[in-house]
Amino acid sequence: MADAMVSKKFDWQRFRRRSFASPTDSVITVIVFAGLAWLVWQALNWGILNAVWSADDVEQCGHGGACWSVIDARHRLILFGLYPYDEHWRSTLACLSIIGTVVISCFPWTWTAKRLSTIWIAGFAIYYLLMEGSLLGLPQVTTDQWGGLALTLFLFSSVVLIGMPMGLGLALMRRSEMPVVRGFASLVIDLIRSLPLLTTLFTAAVVIPILLPSWLEGDKIWRVIIAFGLFFACYQAEVLRGGFQAIPKGQFEAGKALGLTYWQILGRIVLPQVFRHALPATVNNVVVTFKETAIVIIIGFFDILASANAAFGTGEWAPYYIEVLAFVAAIYWVFLFGLGQYGEYLKRRMKVAER
Amino acid sequence: MDASALKARANRRKLIIQSALIVFSALIIISAIQSAQVNLNALGLASGFGFLERSTGWSYSFSLIDRDINDSYARTLTIGFLNTVFLGLLTIVLSTIFGFLIGTFRDARNPALKTAATVYIQTFRNIPLILQGIFWYAIVIHLPGPRQAMSLGDAIFLSNRGLMIPLLNVSLTVALVMVLVLIAAAFLMARMKISVIKIVLALIGLGFFMVLIATGLTVPAGESAISWPELKGLRFVGGLTISPELLVMIIAITLYGSAYIAEVVRGGLAEVPKGLIEAGEALGLTQRAIWARIKMPMALRTIIPPLGNQWIFIMKATTIGVAIGFSDLFYIVSTSITQSGQTLELIAILMGAFLLVNFSIAQFINWLNESLKLKAH
Repeated sequence: MADAMVSKKFDWQRFRRRSFASPTDSVITVIVFAGLAWLVWQALNWGILNAVWSADDVEQCGHGGACWSVIDARHRLILFGLYPYDEHWRSTLACLSIIGTVVISCFPWTWTAKRLSTIWIAGFAIYYLLMEGSLLGLPQVTTDQWGGLALTLFLFSSVVLIGMPMGLGLALMRRSEMPVVRGFASLVIDLIRSLPLLTTLFTAAVVIPILLPSWLEGDKIWRVIIAFGLFFACYQAEVLRGGFQAIPKGQFEAGKALGLTYWQILGRIVLPQVFRHALPATVNNVVVTFKETAIVIIIGFFDILASANAAFGTGEWAPYYIEVLAFVAAIYWVFLFGLGQYGEYLKRRMKVAER
Repeated sequence: MDASALKARANRRKLIIQSALIVFSALIIISAIQSAQVNLNALGLASGFGFLERSTGWSYSFSLIDRDINDSYARTLTIGFLNTVFLGLLTIVLSTIFGFLIGTFRDARNPALKTAATVYIQTFRNIPLILQGIFWYAIVIHLPGPRQAMSLGDAIFLSNRGLMIPLLNVSLTVALVMVLVLIAAAFLMARMKISVIKIVLALIGLGFFMVLIATGLTVPAGESAISWPELKGLRFVGGLTISPELLVMIIAITLYGSAYIAEVVRGGLAEVPKGLIEAGEALGLTQRAIWARIKMPMALRTIIPPLGNQWIFIMKATTIGVAIGFSDLFYIVSTSITQSGQTLELIAILMGAFLLVNFSIAQFINWLNESLKLKAH
């Protein structure tokens, strides 16, 4: 560990040697770093030095700097959509509950099936109880009033929560000895993976009501979440398949020789290793899912992107669309970059463990 | 119980589970068909593909071929399909070129190139594609109008009507034939194992030669060989106009796709055994030769399979065009659904089209993979 720390320290000597290895290299280094510095300077100038920050001095906006007043004035709309204004503290706590769930499950001591499922179900339950409210004796707020970042996080967490067991089920079915079961799983996985996510969600939102008797239809949001969960599950099944392939066949046979049942072999011997092998790819799949939730704006949900559009859609704030979109992009970027770096870290750590 | 009895019991169990699955699926399908009939009857809709002959009566943003507001649904859907395939293939090619370039920079020794490539990848990969599309679209439609268009040497203009570029004054058929000849020539030369640099040079020469002949033969006397965009009144005439929707889709998907492909390329380059590179250095090869003769050929074998997944991803990503009004297949299908109500048939067409396209890409990748495989000794 200590060695790794030392080698991570910035090697100034090597940096200089490599930057100016040849005349061509020197020219490239100077030009590229100058370009990057110019970009950073422009961004700094626009975003901080010349920016207007508070909603009170809107009139000063529009002089070459960013107008962050629009965020100051509209951040509640962007983050929480049409949720009743006085109840925003509930949305805030609910969002923190989901973010907390994700952060906690990044710590290795939570990585048992029991703990992870408890944490996720608890986090999701806290979110739902707070947002819906009626069970806690708070004023009821129905799902059609949820919006903004809160809705995006809701979609994300429910998709992962529903999709993970479905993915495991599909992966097991695809490995089954029974040809019909295997064929069924392969068909579903390959079909969903070849179709754009938008097509799947659109089908759930628009086509499924035609195919179901009216008493089974349910809410549009739940249909879309289940379809999204299926999409997640099909990719997760492929991720787990990679994990299964890394387990030598002898381990199944050893389990059988000891007289363990199928589920005992799976639960005690195989699955813990499968999930360990599939961990970086699973994190990646979760990251992609969070990114793809942005697509629900097209099928008419008021997610963070839709609320951002609404925030600059009207009158006085209309010229400041760049600020609003940059704000939303920054939120996505922080989440996605953070989780992505965590995935990279896991990958490196496991490489070390395998040596 | 003895072994054979146990085995028989296990077999019975398997048979029961599988039959149950078949019966269950069949029940779902049958009940779906029944409720579809009930629901469609209630809406007064006739199922079937007869509506394809009817004319649509609505307009949309982009088409590669001639179109009219009275086109039939069949022709409109074909236009949507062509738009999707066109945009998909174009962005696949652009993303692959930029992806390989940036992936190579990411793997370069020069820290400046490495930093720039990392910034590029981390910026464009970690923001949802649809948000990037909406962002670029907002920028483009807020650009100044044609009269105040930004221009580059009075040949290329950028305004809120899109990008105007000069165009060869030849018909579409002639242009298509030239492109096909170039592809065929590239393929032939690749089969003859000519080096990449020579192929590129030969193609440039051949292209130039063909352009000279084609313009000489087909452009009528008195007209110039190249049509330049010109401001006439409130709009541009001549040249080629790339509409804001198409322009934004190309930019957004290329930035996003190339960032992903760059990561794939970097991963492939990182897998090349260090010993091979050191062997190249010991032989006195230059860095460029090591890259072209050792690293890339070795890395390609790990790059190709995930690259295929990225191509399929890009093809699927064209569907977000609906968010900014680019008339891809998904846009046409969803508009057709609102206008005609033939939901089931139109969704089936949409799914069938994507299955077809993605299956073709997968086959192509398999072929590529086979032909690049190291031959066994």
